[in-house]
Amino acid sequence: MDMITIPAVNLTPILPEIILSVLAMALLLINVFVQSSKKTYLSYISFIGVVGTAVLVGSGWGTHIESFSGAVVQDNFATFFKMIFLLAAGLAILIADQYMEREDCNHGELYPLILFTVVGMMLMAAGTDLMTIFLGLEVMSVSLYVLAGFNRANTKSNEAGLKYFLLGAFSTGFLLYGMALTYGATGSTRISVIATQAGQMGMSSGNILFLAGMLLILTGFCFKIAVVPFHMWTPDVYEGAPTPMTAFMSAGPKAAGFAAALRLLLIAFPTLQADWSQLLWVLAVLTMTVGNITALRQDNIKRILAYSSIAHAGYALVGMAAGNSTGTAGILFYMLSYTFMNIGAFAVIILVGKKGESNGNVQDFAGLGFKHPMLAVAMTIFLFSLSGMPPTAGFIGKFYLFSGAIQKGYIWLAVIGVLNSAASVYYYLRVMVYMYMKDPTEDFAWTKVSAPIALCLVLSVAGTMVLGIVPSIILQYAQEAIKLI
Amino acid sequence: MSIPILSILVFLPLAGCLLLLPAWNCRRLARPIALVVALTELTLALWLYASWKGLAVNPFPQGFLLLEDAPWIPAFGIRYTLALDGISLLMIMLTAIVFCVGLAVSWDSIKERTSLFLSMMLVMEAGIMGVFLALDLALFYLFWEMMLIPMFFLIGIWGHGRRLYSTLKFFLFTMSGSLLMLLAIIALHLLYAQQTGVSSFQLQELLKVQLPLETQLWLYAAFFLAFAIKFPLFPLHTWLPDAHTDAPTAGSVILAGLLLKTGSYALIRFGYPLFPQAAQMMTPLFYSLALIGIFYASLVAFAQQDMKRLIAYSSIGHMGYVAIGIAAWQPVALSGAIIQMANHGVTTAALFCMVGMLDERAHTREIAAFGGLWGKLPLWSFFFLLFAVTAMGVPGLNNFVGEFLILAGTIKSSPLVAVLAFCGIVFPLIYMVRLVQEVVFQKERQPLSLNDLNPREIGILAILALLDIWMGIHPAPLLEMLHVPVQLLTGGTP
Repeated sequence: MDMITIPAVNLTPILPEIILSVLAMALLLINVFVQSSKKTYLSYISFIGVVGTAVLVGSGWGTHIESFSGAVVQDNFATFFKMIFLLAAGLAILIADQYMEREDCNHGELYPLILFTVVGMMLMAAGTDLMTIFLGLEVMSVSLYVLAGFNRANTKSNEAGLKYFLLGAFSTGFLLYGMALTYGATGSTRISVIATQAGQMGMSSGNILFLAGMLLILTGFCFKIAVVPFHMWTPDVYEGAPTPMTAFMSAGPKAAGFAAALRLLLIAFPTLQADWSQLLWVLAVLTMTVGNITALRQDNIKRILAYSSIAHAGYALVGMAAGNSTGTAGILFYMLSYTFMNIGAFAVIILVGKKGESNGNVQDFAGLGFKHPMLAVAMTIFLFSLSGMPPTAGFIGKFYLFSGAIQKGYIWLAVIGVLNSAASVYYYLRVMVYMYMKDPTEDFAWTKVSAPIALCLVLSVAGTMVLGIVPSIILQYAQEAIKLI
Repeated sequence: MSIPILSILVFLPLAGCLLLLPAWNCRRLARPIALVVALTELTLALWLYASWKGLAVNPFPQGFLLLEDAPWIPAFGIRYTLALDGISLLMIMLTAIVFCVGLAVSWDSIKERTSLFLSMMLVMEAGIMGVFLALDLALFYLFWEMMLIPMFFLIGIWGHGRRLYSTLKFFLFTMSGSLLMLLAIIALHLLYAQQTGVSSFQLQELLKVQLPLETQLWLYAAFFLAFAIKFPLFPLHTWLPDAHTDAPTAGSVILAGLLLKTGSYALIRFGYPLFPQAAQMMTPLFYSLALIGIFYASLVAFAQQDMKRLIAYSSIGHMGYVAIGIAAWQPVALSGAIIQMANHGVTTAALFCMVGMLDERAHTREIAAFGGLWGKLPLWSFFFLLFAVTAMGVPGLNNFVGEFLILAGTIKSSPLVAVLAFCGIVFPLIYMVRLVQEVVFQKERQPLSLNDLNPREIGILAILALLDIWMGIHPAPLLEMLHVPVQLLTGGTP
């Protein structure tokens, strides 16, 4: 009888994923035995798990280990993104408990699902095979569909979950079809092999199969990143999903989409750079403009941030269209900054909101500046950072991305970018106008800052300001992370 | 020098904000703290003024008296470079004085959220100091944007009338202009990196870039737009009357006294030296906009019913002369323009203070509501007359010096512009005489019972009046201070 030989597999690159998966499954079991009033402990455990994993991931900086015959890799690029995912998850876990308690949906499954999402995102960033990336994407997406509809008593949340699921499934079809075509054209799903095949066979835009494969893959990612015209699901899903999950979705999965798309475009499809670069130019302009213009007319603050998040994806696309080292490193830096400032802003929204997802309009922020000065100062910092004012992280990020575009010669793209940025200032300022320049209509007595949310706010403010004032400490990592690709 | 005095000038106000925190809810304590910080800034500025001759002229960058330089974001080649020359020294002094005035004039009038008000004032002072001292373009941009934020809150929270509209308009106008400048700064930085292989944002380095004329024109246009909005030049001035009118007194004082000057200062410091040919080519446009501004703003000022709005429009007209002085780019006219920036800062600050004082008493700024104040408020009327006469450009007072130098310099290079601008001098005469006549001299139109100035207000105005007269009759020390940098800028030998 023949023995099945199992090749020696180095588990180091996926050790963080394994730890998180085991922890998540353990939490699912523990959850059964925990009383519904004690679910807070689950959030503590998962937060500690995330921090521990972050330490482990961080210790792998500077190494380059391939495993599973080159299907996953541990490199600086993956490590940088994994840290962003863990940060987003950690901050989201911190703000989740109080909100879930208030909305009466503190079911323990929340935390395992967040951890599974992180596992999926990590596989997307570390995957060097189309199949790994696809598996990661699916693990992430399926968990997110559930998270979006997590508040099952709320119709809007249900709608969000269903909508996200239907459109997500649809987009997965595109992605998979693209992967199939690429496989057909090059005979491999391994990114490095695709690149060598394309190089040797001189496949560029003349090869329709190859080109169509790339375009369909790009379309699939555009759905996940919420690029116009594939953004239709975003406002409804962001508005309906539980606020902490909205915060998480707008930062983590978006970064994961960029991580996988960057790796694919830059390593697998460099021969098509002229095509995807032009295409991304157009998509970036559309995404920025539609996102910002639509946000101008919104009153619900979650919708404002949803449209603003579309616009921010557009800024990041500017860096991707440039495709040079400055633009690419800019995306890494921007995703990190965006995680801090956006989750921070959502934390404030959670505190201002009332049970049943009410009190979520801009008008409801009236007078916050004088009832809760510290909260309003934090919100002000996040909003200025989102609008790209110095000295905050958002400014350095935009500076980096637009530098990339100018370096590439895309002057007009940069001009449209800054004009968009100027337009966006209006809706961010509007929130501040209500916070500071209108008389309070409510006393905000329900606004109680619990310790975890306070920690999240402190971390987010610190991150936003530190990245804005002394960005060097992160810039060098971002630059090293993109050296390999 | 081992003490980083320039950094202290920039960061002391920010430290002052932290000092305010323990006294946040105690108005009586917070006000003196802020004032002491502002006075310390003034002392530092005056000390620099007293000792500037003793400072060795630094070989790098040329003509600068003090330099502080450290790496900030090495990945981009951004450095923390602050430098002081005669021009920035004059602006620093103006800033320090205007902020003391702004704090003193709002001593009693800001009754709510005082600590927030004071901290916004201090943040703004830090931002403006930074703009006048930064020599690294990225650092300059940081301060340039930073000073907008406190002004947004000053107008929006403590303003009156259509304050929300005005503050949003102000913010969006100035922000849009400066964003394009940011792109131009990045482009310049990349071109420099391309040519030399080193990345830098320092002015002295970027001056070495070889630019084709077309590129130069585009980049200059982006810079010019940002500065012209702050200036403000016609037709980009529409934010100014709204912002000035609806701002609290201290806000108007700082807007007119300092914020407008950042535009002209930046044009002198960065715009012209970086893009000499482009600036040369755009001179006719610059002249025309300045002249239109002078005539247009003066005519509009004549029709105003609100005293604050009238003075706001007069600012546009006066800044038109500064624009002409810069456009001539010739030593005499440029010195005149720089002196005029300081003069206008002092005079307009005083006028806005005085209207604010009247507004606090009568709760209106309508010209038609007043009359016969000479008999009722003799002290107020005396000072008002003095500053109004200054604004008209009467010899012996500071505005005359600046306008005279500007026109004397301009007449050599462009006689037509000088003649037209000279004709424009008549306008302030007309609208100021009307204002003074209606408010101060005419018969009382409705009975108002008003108290005359209190000692605090007399003190503020007396200091500004002394400055006004001193700069009017003895501008020589200031001109001496400007001599070397102006010569260097205009390509002469100092």
